[in-house]
Amino acid sequence: MAVSHALLGLLEAGPRHGYELKREYDERFAGGRPLAFGQVYATLARLLRNGLVEVDAVEAGAGPERKRYAITDLGVTDLDKWLGRPEPPEPHLQTVLFAKVALALLSGRPATAFLDVQRAAHLRRMRELTALKAKGDLAAKLVADYALFHLEADLRWLELTAARLEELAAELSR
Amino acid sequence: MNGPLLIGRDVRRSFGSTVALDGASVEIDAGEIVAIMGPSGSGKSTLLHCLAGILRPDGGEAHYRGKRVDLLSESERSRLRRDEFGFVFQFGQLVPELSALENVSLPLRLGGMRRRDAEGWAYEWLERLEVAALAAKQPGELSGGEGQRVAVARALIGGPRVVFADEPTGALDSLNGERVMTLLVDAAHSGGTSVVLVTHEPRVAAYADREVVMRDGRVVTPVLAS
Repeated sequence: MAVSHALLGLLEAGPRHGYELKREYDERFAGGRPLAFGQVYATLARLLRNGLVEVDAVEAGAGPERKRYAITDLGVTDLDKWLGRPEPPEPHLQTVLFAKVALALLSGRPATAFLDVQRAAHLRRMRELTALKAKGDLAAKLVADYALFHLEADLRWLELTAARLEELAAELSR
Repeated sequence: MNGPLLIGRDVRRSFGSTVALDGASVEIDAGEIVAIMGPSGSGKSTLLHCLAGILRPDGGEAHYRGKRVDLLSESERSRLRRDEFGFVFQFGQLVPELSALENVSLPLRLGGMRRRDAEGWAYEWLERLEVAALAAKQPGELSGGEGQRVAVARALIGGPRVVFADEPTGALDSLNGERVMTLLVDAAHSGGTSVVLVTHEPRVAAYADREVVMRDGRVVTPVLAS
């Protein structure tokens, strides 16, 4: 998943230090695979270079300087685009789909809009695969079926998530 | 004819205090296969029933070939369903006392065709659906997949302009579901028949040309046929 967009999403709620971003990311999205500090700072450096975040405050302390980062208008636009864009339909998208739903809810955007565009993208791909099945030999059919069943699993998960958005929003806001 | 074959415009329907349709709108072109999707209780079947003239909406309009279906009398709607539409449901649609052949020939018999002619046509349709060997069997002797193929034959035999299919594969395993959908879609395409398909299964919806998604009694995908 794009760590940079997750960090932008977290920053939209308010300015954060690098270590706060790492902690929040690990809690919500890491799924048992926490981010390395090096990756957090490398990502923030890239976002800074591209003008998507800015340094909001620097606190001098006993150790190294502690920078606090804030999202820029350009960063918000970039996050918007990412959240509004369906993922290319392929199996096993759980991490990125969940992150998009959670980030949309955390930032007060309509998560249903994202779920709708993703559903449409998935069904489009499933129609293509179904059409391929009508033409292909049995081996081709079986390969298409594998993809169809996995895409269907994704879609069922999307529908279940859509049915639980209010519950999820309440949980995320705690 | 110009314009869509079927139009639902701001259709409303309640059952007691339960609102099933809360202003649903949809348009379906001739020859188009459209899947209606959405969670349980979102109004999929009620919309199908209103478009097919089975239920009369409380409000809004249902058009078929430019005519208001919702304004027709019960007997006019009944005639419309018999002459122009075919139906496939999840189960329980075949007459249990009749053989597969008699079930399939029923729409033609009701239209006044002689028994021998009607059964000749019915046999051809059973062959096309790959169940001709079961012609003499009663529904109780058929497996779920066989029964659905007989039901598809019966829905298509009258050359309907529209087939309304409500969870046609809901009681079938994947392989039989696939067979029924392939046969239904092929027959619909070759006859230029529109299909309105209610399903909660994405793999089944993927046989359609496009999907219409419902939530809380409304259609949330764009209304217009592309």
